[in-house]
Amino acid sequence: MTTRVGARRVKGGVGESPIRADGVPKVDGTYLYSSDLYMEGMLWGATLRSPHPKAKVTRLDIAPALAMTGVHAALVNDDVPGCKTFGLEHADQPVLGSEEVEYWGQPVALVAADHPETARRAAEAIAIEYEVLEPLTDPERAAAEESVFRRQWVRRGPQEDQGRVAVEGYYEVGMQDQAPLGTESGLAVPDDRGGVDLHISTQWTHADHGQIAACLGVADDMVRVHHAGVGGAFGAREDVSLQIHLCLLALRTGRPVKMIYSRSESFTGHVHRHPARLWYRHEADPDGTLRRVRSRIIIDGGAYHSTSSAVIGNAVFHAVGPYRCDSVTVEGIAVRTNNPPCGAMRGFGAVQACFAHEAQMDKLADALGMDRVELRIRNALGAGDPLNTTGQILSTPLPAVELLERLRAMPLPPAEPGDDPRLLPGGTGLATPPSAVRRGVGYAIGIKNLCFSEGFDDYAEARVVLTPFGAEVRTAAAEVGQGLGAACAQIARTALGVEDVVVYFDDTSQIGSAGSSSASRQTQMTGGAVLEACRALKEMALQRGGGDRLDDDGVWRDGELVASLADLCRDGNLEYHTRYRHPPTVEPDADGQGDLHADFALAAHRAVVDVDPELGLFRVAAVDTVQDVGYMINPQSVVGQIEGGIMQGVGLAVLEEIVVEDGVIKNPTFTDYLLPTFLDAPEVGVEVVEEPGSFGPFGAKGVGEPPTVSSTAAVVAAIRDATGLELNRAPVRPEHVALAAPLNPARNDG
Amino acid sequence: MMVTAQINGRSRTWEAKGSESLLFSLREELGLWGSKGACEQGECGSCSIMLDGKLVCACLVMAVDAHQSEVVTIEGLRESGSLHPVQKAIVEAGGVQCGFCTPGFVVAAAALFEENPAPLRDDIREALSGNICRCTGYGAILRGLEELAEENR
Repeated sequence: MTTRVGARRVKGGVGESPIRADGVPKVDGTYLYSSDLYMEGMLWGATLRSPHPKAKVTRLDIAPALAMTGVHAALVNDDVPGCKTFGLEHADQPVLGSEEVEYWGQPVALVAADHPETARRAAEAIAIEYEVLEPLTDPERAAAEESVFRRQWVRRGPQEDQGRVAVEGYYEVGMQDQAPLGTESGLAVPDDRGGVDLHISTQWTHADHGQIAACLGVADDMVRVHHAGVGGAFGAREDVSLQIHLCLLALRTGRPVKMIYSRSESFTGHVHRHPARLWYRHEADPDGTLRRVRSRIIIDGGAYHSTSSAVIGNAVFHAVGPYRCDSVTVEGIAVRTNNPPCGAMRGFGAVQACFAHEAQMDKLADALGMDRVELRIRNALGAGDPLNTTGQILSTPLPAVELLERLRAMPLPPAEPGDDPRLLPGGTGLATPPSAVRRGVGYAIGIKNLCFSEGFDDYAEARVVLTPFGAEVRTAAAEVGQGLGAACAQIARTALGVEDVVVYFDDTSQIGSAGSSSASRQTQMTGGAVLEACRALKEMALQRGGGDRLDDDGVWRDGELVASLADLCRDGNLEYHTRYRHPPTVEPDADGQGDLHADFALAAHRAVVDVDPELGLFRVAAVDTVQDVGYMINPQSVVGQIEGGIMQGVGLAVLEEIVVEDGVIKNPTFTDYLLPTFLDAPEVGVEVVEEPGSFGPFGAKGVGEPPTVSSTAAVVAAIRDATGLELNRAPVRPEHVALAAPLNPARNDG
Repeated sequence: MMVTAQINGRSRTWEAKGSESLLFSLREELGLWGSKGACEQGECGSCSIMLDGKLVCACLVMAVDAHQSEVVTIEGLRESGSLHPVQKAIVEAGGVQCGFCTPGFVVAAAALFEENPAPLRDDIREALSGNICRCTGYGAILRGLEELAEENR
């Protein structure tokens, strides 16, 4: 591996994969998650939820709950002392929908009791009556009725037909759940002056903090939000779920209150990946030059705003993919309905767009009689090109051609699936003989913006402290499992030259915001802040010690130790606090034009899928990838993000969908919402391109989302290749294949 | 009713209320937070424990049914300060991200290696197919355990 650091190597610095500090506590079971907290005298919270997607509450009587032994409080929206609504970007959701409800599963009342079972029964005992109203559940009707969170256009270049070869398509992506293994949970502890400490699993403590304080109607310093262990996130913990509820119950009862959502409750307790409908027309010259792309995209935001505006922005600005094109029209609409609210999930709008634009590129290649990868390479976007949608000149490296060429050269799995039933479509329980298997290969490439876009003031604070014993990194950023703690420690070791580094995840009273652990941003943002602080701190230490080198012993000059760490800290620890910002971005104009994005990364995927066309069964045999990562601060973590992200893409391709009928979730359990298991896992081959990004520590780019952006598209492309079917929807279900029109017998029989 | 069981080699007695699951008892009555609740219906394996030598999901066992039984949880696997070989294999390979599924994987993998110290790749995958991991895509867990199996061969 290339060393990009001038100084001598420090053990555990960047480019290595040291065992992460939370690794052993997690593997031996002692790491405490937000569900594992306990305090003497604590109560348990429970939530009463709406059984209707739209209704007026005509009667709500909490007296039956309060009359039960062991019940200490029952709350409705009137009990919210401050702002009665909350929301990550727009405060449009009632803390409790005690007057009207807008989606199935919306919280309407809260209970605290001395046992979780008592709390659950008390919530059920609340007397509530509804006048049921007709829900708006059709996103196209919502668009027609202007029930819209955001409509964003892109109009770039000529707005009339350009190419001689045109292909059109309509695509759908289902509602995916993040399904983090840890459900929503936390513990709120009242203090003795009317304030509260909340211990919670979240992606962004400071965003929670602001919403909690506003709804409690208290000054900011009366609330402290502490990180508790996070059992996965993937976007599900960006919005507030039970944070405000827990604090309300704790303040009302004067006792610590703990709450853990059940799995079914969790399915209604957080936002999901937006289901999308996408219409596309691609036009090209006969030589394969992409001339024009037209698209209309509708995503269903459900009942409340959440991040729908940002998600549709992302879908629109990533609508064409990583291709050069100078004539683009996109209309994106995020609609408001009475379906479950949707918001952030890994890939954030780019996933839906990629599924469609990559299917279109295959279709276009077929219409042109060109190789599908060749068409992509021919049109690949690179640094210095304007982004097809916004016109922004791309300064970050975008090695699309290298990704595709290396991907194509990666070895394919053995040609035959073999006869181990565990590795055949359907597994051991179903009878797919090897002879019935058709194999398909699909390619896809995706582009994803990194960090926050569209003029958002995106920053991260960090503090680095030099003590007599080594260095401390302090941040409010959320370690959601991605390995941020390890990355920060490695950056600090390399930048300071000090090996003994400990990372502390501070509460909201101790340090300013680090921003959200989302948008693939923390390695660049909090990592960038840590690097900046370390460089300044090292300079301070060298000056104070009068030397030219710093390490765990202290400051050295000409090879001689001139000041120990204890000497340096004689008058107090040395520290440097910084607020790091990425290059500024702007809001789009009416035509969607402008420098909206800070950075981009690419990933390309090749999927090999075995299909039993008669039974409609699939086994994803292999997914290979080449990803544009900038620089790998921790190679093991990078590979882990890539493999995990691919798996969520595979899930969306063939298994995962929240089924919503008339606004009601029909499968809110892990029995009915299918997640990929160990036996569903394909063989994954990972290669990376390390071309340093335009900012970010040591050239690192965020790596979390790109693996999820194009893996779904590649898997479905492979199923199309195996079956010859059009398959315009993810996830592909058995009936889409088994009940489809007869296959073209000429395909893939050799 | 009062339940008495050997938990990680120690006799423990507690009062199990109503339909309480063994998982709830372990966590909330006995303070053994290592076993996790994630699906409450035996689909994800996060609460995997050994009950009288058999691998089970603690969420599917009534607490009262554990009376007079022998239970080993994740807390019982780490002996005399050193990690169990499967713990070491998983953590060194990078098989831990959020870690919520990890205790369940460790218990299930320990059960597999107890029965077969050198399982093949697809035997590992089959044996752990009752444990869901949402973060890693299973790759690093597999690499770690394959390496352990290779050492045992």
